[in-house]
Amino acid sequence: MNKNHVTSAERFLKDKEGAQWHNETLWITREKRDKMAMGIPEWEELRELASSIKMHAITHLDEYLLQFAEAAEKNGATVHWAKDATEHNEIVLDLLRKHNAVKVVKSKSMLTEECCLDDFLCDNGINVIESDLGERILQLLNQPPSHIVMPAIHLKRQIIGKLFEEKLHTEEGNSDPTYLTGCMRENLRQEFLSTEVAMTGANFGIAETGDVVVCTNEGNADMGTSQANVHIVSMGIEKVIPDRDSLAVFTRLLARSATGQPITSYTSQYRKPRKGGELHIILVDNGRSDILGNKEHMQTLKCIRCGACMNTCPVYRRSGGYSYSYFIPGPIGINLGMLKSPQEYYTNLSACTLCFSCNNVCPVKIDLGNQIYRWRQSLDSIGKANPAKKMLSNGMSILFNHPGFFRSALQMAPVVNKIPRPLKYNKFNKWGEGRELPEFAPETFTSWWNKNVKR
Amino acid sequence: MDYTYKIGLFIPCYVNAIYPEVGIATYKLLKHLGLHVDYPMDQTCCGQPMANAGFEDKGLAAIEKFGELFKDYDYIVGPSASCVAFVKENHPQILAAHGHVCQTEGKIYDICEFLHDVVKPDKLPGEFPYKVSVHNSCHGVRELHLSSASEENVTRYSKIIDLLALKEGIQLTEPKRADECCGFGGMFAVEEQAVSVAMGRDKLRSHMETGAQYITGADSSCLMHMQGIARREKLPVKFIHVAEILASGL
Repeated sequence: MNKNHVTSAERFLKDKEGAQWHNETLWITREKRDKMAMGIPEWEELRELASSIKMHAITHLDEYLLQFAEAAEKNGATVHWAKDATEHNEIVLDLLRKHNAVKVVKSKSMLTEECCLDDFLCDNGINVIESDLGERILQLLNQPPSHIVMPAIHLKRQIIGKLFEEKLHTEEGNSDPTYLTGCMRENLRQEFLSTEVAMTGANFGIAETGDVVVCTNEGNADMGTSQANVHIVSMGIEKVIPDRDSLAVFTRLLARSATGQPITSYTSQYRKPRKGGELHIILVDNGRSDILGNKEHMQTLKCIRCGACMNTCPVYRRSGGYSYSYFIPGPIGINLGMLKSPQEYYTNLSACTLCFSCNNVCPVKIDLGNQIYRWRQSLDSIGKANPAKKMLSNGMSILFNHPGFFRSALQMAPVVNKIPRPLKYNKFNKWGEGRELPEFAPETFTSWWNKNVKR
Repeated sequence: MDYTYKIGLFIPCYVNAIYPEVGIATYKLLKHLGLHVDYPMDQTCCGQPMANAGFEDKGLAAIEKFGELFKDYDYIVGPSASCVAFVKENHPQILAAHGHVCQTEGKIYDICEFLHDVVKPDKLPGEFPYKVSVHNSCHGVRELHLSSASEENVTRYSKIIDLLALKEGIQLTEPKRADECCGFGGMFAVEEQAVSVAMGRDKLRSHMETGAQYITGADSSCLMHMQGIARREKLPVKFIHVAEILASGL
């Protein structure tokens, strides 16, 4: 699936109204985030603190993971270690089979998305029910998320109304959000009540206490885990933080950065299995320890998956989540895709103007834009450089390395202004598709200087 | 500041060829303020276009040459926030990777930054009786800190607006989403032309909604991109670099 961001973005922008709506909707989220950030005098200090705690945690993962696992087991949880997606998925399936479960109700988890767990379980005859509203909508549509926090943000309510008519037999033509949400709530309630196993992701794992922290706005994680006897947690190894004091820093930053709320409606801390039940925590590596060994890009492990970099990214807002080939879009997704497989995901690197707005909103101060710049430097060595850009850079290199030639070229340049329009504006001129070319000045600055200033 | 200091004028390649008037304005401003200005003849480009496209190595010779040409000046001043930011932020690590020391990073300034932070004029002659919308370029804001970034919880400021306010008769405004990218981005403008133009159109609309007659900024590259769209769509708005406004009447 080597889809190209350039052509996908072009397609997305063809629907002018839809594209504008997408841009505006996500910008509103950015504005809400700004309002929250400006309301906290120590905001920048908090970001700095969060960044250093995460940096400390990921560079001491060996200690904190063991501490976490020990504390969790002491609390009565069972800890599993999965080196990759396959191991993770097998562990989940084994647990389901052990409990003769034919169904699992899940709350939102980008890690299970990363592991393609849903497809794997379905192929093995398990009925997977996503319980986050956005994720459920996408599951019914058989679509992947287009944003990591607001997975169905690309869909308008009319489409959802139509979908629910078909799947939940809601009233014809009714796309009132409150009505539709109510219908889904009723539908999901049956699923919650009849499941033996519930799954959640983990926003944080606290090494000191062995607690798993799950943040949701819908309470769907809690609905699942409160009723089911077995709770399985999928947790990336980079999610571990030292202690509860650190948690306080992140809960102040997470929802403010993500959706512009002071805190998520539910911030649940799971410590023990329910009476007579089981709590399983799967700690998943899946490439994370390789990232740890990559000095230039290890900072991506600090990510708390808030999605703020997507909301602020001018390119993401105008090209949509599906224009990126990695399952996580936007600035963080460009970087994580490259860490997963440069050969497969390098085409996302064009989707950045290096405006650095993502660096500034990131609550853990990942240098997202700088990392994209660094990835670009490596493309030629893996044979994936854009040939046109390479040719242009070679040409510029010759021009700029020969000052005399550069000066003569500049003096000749105004000739270009006189070239007939059809020769200048054609399919080879990408600049000219939506813009006029700039005109060369009749006299360069250098000539002016030589005539007027030079003694 | 010490008026015996020698200033090396850095005129980026595209300013030299397309916007010489911006270089001339910069020179006249510095001259008017009583400074010694020199123009190293053999300068070409800072290397940014190649580097941002992923070819730092193809800019290396130009980057080394830049250091040689400018190393003996007390200050290096240029009318382009993005090019200056590239020298300041990227030259050191590119040169270090090849065992060289960057000799220019600590003394290079964008013209606005230089006037505001070093020369600190309290008046400028001439008037500019127009409504002007200020374009905050990404590298100006987020690398050179010419104005406060909208994402950060810091005290709001704008060195550009402070300077422009010295001109008699000027009416200053900023567009909504005051520092969202205009979509130029070097080769991004060509490679991702659809997104680039969509961003440029949005930005242009926001500037024009202020009712401004002129759009100004510290980066002619952003202005060139927006001007290209404005000319194609025959929009009645004019573009001018901050240095040109500051030097008007000189």
